[in-house]
Amino acid sequence: MKEGLITIAYIIASILFILSLGGLSNQETARRGNLYGILGMIIALLATAAQMSSESYPVLAAVLIPGAMIGAFVASRVQMTAMPQLVAILHSFVGLAAVLVGFATYLGKQQVQEAEKLIHLAEIYIGVCVGSVTFTGSVIAFGKLQGLITGKPLLIPGRHLINLLMLIVTVVLGVFFLRMNAPEGQNVLLFATILTGILGIHLVMAIGGADMPVVVSMLNSYSGWAAAAAGFMLSNDLLIITGALVGSSGAILSYIMCRGMNRSFISVILGGFGTEGSAAVSTTQAGQVNSITSEQAAEIISNSRSIIIVPGYGMAVAQAQYSLAEVVRILREKGTDVRFAIHPVAGRLPGHMNVLLAEANIPYDIVFEMEEINDSFKQTDTVLVIGANDIVNPSALEDPNSPIAGMPVLRVWEARNVIVMKRSMASGYAGVENPLFFKENTLMLFGDAKKVVDEIVTELRKS
Amino acid sequence: MIKVGIPREVHLEEKRVAATPQTVMRLRKLGFEVGVESNAGDEIWCSDGAYKEAGAIVFDNVKELWSWADVILKVRPPEQHPKLGIHEADLLREGGWLISFIFPSQNKRLLEHLASRKATVFAMDGVPRITRAQKMDALSAMANIAGYRAVIEAASHFPRFFGGQMTAAGKIEPAKVLVVGAGVAGLSAIGTARSLGAIVRAFDPRSATRDQVRSLGAEFLEISIKEEGEGIGGYAKEMSEAFLQAEMALFAQQAMEVDIIITTALIPGKPAPKLITKGMVESMKPGSVIVDLAAEQGGNCAMTEPGKIVTHKGVTIIGYTDMPSRMASLASQLYGSTLVAMLEELFDKESGTLKVDYEDQVIRGALVVHEGKITYPPPVTPPSPEPGIPAKAIPAIAQANQVTSHETKQNVNPVWLLLAGLVLFLIGIVAPSSKLSHFTVFVLACFVGWQVIWNVKPALHTPLMSVTNAISGIIIVGGMLQLSGFEFNVTTILGAIAVFVATINIAGGFLVTNRMLAMFRK
Repeated sequence: MKEGLITIAYIIASILFILSLGGLSNQETARRGNLYGILGMIIALLATAAQMSSESYPVLAAVLIPGAMIGAFVASRVQMTAMPQLVAILHSFVGLAAVLVGFATYLGKQQVQEAEKLIHLAEIYIGVCVGSVTFTGSVIAFGKLQGLITGKPLLIPGRHLINLLMLIVTVVLGVFFLRMNAPEGQNVLLFATILTGILGIHLVMAIGGADMPVVVSMLNSYSGWAAAAAGFMLSNDLLIITGALVGSSGAILSYIMCRGMNRSFISVILGGFGTEGSAAVSTTQAGQVNSITSEQAAEIISNSRSIIIVPGYGMAVAQAQYSLAEVVRILREKGTDVRFAIHPVAGRLPGHMNVLLAEANIPYDIVFEMEEINDSFKQTDTVLVIGANDIVNPSALEDPNSPIAGMPVLRVWEARNVIVMKRSMASGYAGVENPLFFKENTLMLFGDAKKVVDEIVTELRKS
Repeated sequence: MIKVGIPREVHLEEKRVAATPQTVMRLRKLGFEVGVESNAGDEIWCSDGAYKEAGAIVFDNVKELWSWADVILKVRPPEQHPKLGIHEADLLREGGWLISFIFPSQNKRLLEHLASRKATVFAMDGVPRITRAQKMDALSAMANIAGYRAVIEAASHFPRFFGGQMTAAGKIEPAKVLVVGAGVAGLSAIGTARSLGAIVRAFDPRSATRDQVRSLGAEFLEISIKEEGEGIGGYAKEMSEAFLQAEMALFAQQAMEVDIIITTALIPGKPAPKLITKGMVESMKPGSVIVDLAAEQGGNCAMTEPGKIVTHKGVTIIGYTDMPSRMASLASQLYGSTLVAMLEELFDKESGTLKVDYEDQVIRGALVVHEGKITYPPPVTPPSPEPGIPAKAIPAIAQANQVTSHETKQNVNPVWLLLAGLVLFLIGIVAPSSKLSHFTVFVLACFVGWQVIWNVKPALHTPLMSVTNAISGIIIVGGMLQLSGFEFNVTTILGAIAVFVATINIAGGFLVTNRMLAMFRK
């Protein structure tokens, strides 16, 4: 195919990718956005395939078809609650691919002019390093989300120093690498890959479970940068554009979420939720916990005119969203004003709760963001908190010594009644006591979220 | 072991006592020794025997009790002991501790007297009104009782029903009640009057109280002038002239309509504002009742005589200053509980002693004399963040409020723009020209991504992430370009693996996004 046609195809693919991201800004256009993305990818693949010598097609088919089948199989089987893990492991693939492409380019026979050699080597080096961090980081993130690795942050003393040291060594190695001719530097490159791989592991190990949404989106960003770096080394504009799109969008997404938690991006990346303040957390809550049964809860719910439901990760774990949808349906038929309040970092992925609620067929126009609904709690009869903890913790606003101080939270305690469904009195991911549970207007409903909500459904149907 | 002493109150007609057998039991559980003056609980029907049973030592000799105790708990501020003829402050042993209502702004001389005794004194009326201190908020506990009692007193002097009725003997109109000031006492009065069936209206210059008033089923009266009456620490502040005039006009009009007025308007450290004039009282229907809960601070009504009930042109004006004491057993129980909470706060479990922590906002607020040094007034602190916290936490909280109101689009800090420009400039110098076109594309693409993402709804963040993830599978192109036919060299193998994993990513990413998006419905 002609060079010009390929360029045009790449431009079209790039535009489609941009439209795809743009389309996802709204529920109505989101599906079209996804289609644009698929279309863009197909065009890009065809155009690239056209560039290749036809001899390589069998090899291409031999890897492309099983790859697509595996991907499709996994994607159609995965539970919506396991979405964060899936996204994380997929990121690791991109990182791995970037590393492999980097090595392949280095060891390949591509001819570069002398003047550009240095830049070319630098590009390979950067691409491989970023890819390696993405790969190992994503694998660890996957392990944490899947529960294979403990969600608690692993905090090695002097970890910032270790990270810095590894970074410096990587840079120094890079300088050596640039001075070597093509295949001789492969050991240096390999060593740098391993080193940055360890860096990736260490970075993500130090991050607590509550910060996982930010990490996943940060790794998303890295995978984009890795692709962009590959684009530079191959002088391929499509890779550059797409990589940069993904990289910057991932970075912004992480930033938006950090803002949602009122934490600085740097402190999240460097790891450890509440590591500094945890010593001061011991302000033990002396107080009475009011516990109720699901029958009593059902009675309160059916006597309320306005209800706001605050779901958290506990709902996802217990798979309570379907039963909850049934509660919502019954109440809405009765004319009760039911709304959902979603905290920006509820769950383990940004927007995780929205996906789960959508899965349970809860109409998205009764699902509100924190900023939209936070002032409405005052006028609300009853708030149902289902499996959420840190995001409704008043100490974030009231106790400046709390490790989550300053994090915006849903002010559920302003409502007349708050029913908190929880398995036990254990603290949330941040490991912070929650004074909400001891408030006078808070009623604790202990038990598995799914079971408890089912009982409420039964009670509501009776009345 | 720390010894806590509870003497009998000596103030005329004061029926409350600083501990009930129940709170004595709680103090004992905390590990305190408790001494109670004989007959201290007479007025609340708690015998010495009941106190003994709860674990207290009963002292017949008052002087002995005062000198025995490390900490004295009282209701009223210390005063001249009528039987012994000495001031209670002199009964307090040198260096002793006292927890009581003090009202330090009105009792400067008492403070000096206590200071001369090298005492450490906590004023329960100085406990700040913050969430953490609620269980120690004795003023609110008392105000709640006062509000309830105000309605009961009004009802007992009001010659009609509160609630309306339709009877065979004719229709009975419900009583109309106006509550001025919707603080704790006001809200308690509103709730009580409502539950008796009256039509209740309330006025408060603090607009934040509107919803609280409405939630109790009362009508919230408003005036046309907009002025916020919220002062320091959730109390009302003094209002402007124009506001006051409008307010007075409202009261004048209401006075002609309503049957009962309950006033609770207080401004900290100032005499109570005069809100109900003589003329207004005269304009009320005969048989009407005014209960002035601000009587002790001079009264909100011009005709109030503190401590007394007077009748003026058929209108009964109740100026009792001891409403809580009129429900002494409940008041003692609640007040005693706040004292227990206060002692809990002061008690240092490790050393088993009482400790004064200047950093603790609650303790600092209540502490008026410390080891003979007058520490009143406490330093003014911003209402929320407490002193002695890491400085960074304060802006964090301030930001938290700002952030929530922010638009999703943010203005970029010019410093960053400048920095970015500098970086670009340097790259321009270093990079060879052939790479620059790629670089242009790169920067533009970053910018596009940046612009596009700001508009994404948070609800769609997960699908967005999975679609960008799928798109980042474009790395496959890099892998494909490495494949070179049947020649199975390292490059091809690496490239093939890269294509393989990238394909999983692409197929998986797009499909799962599609699955997710299919679920969103209106």
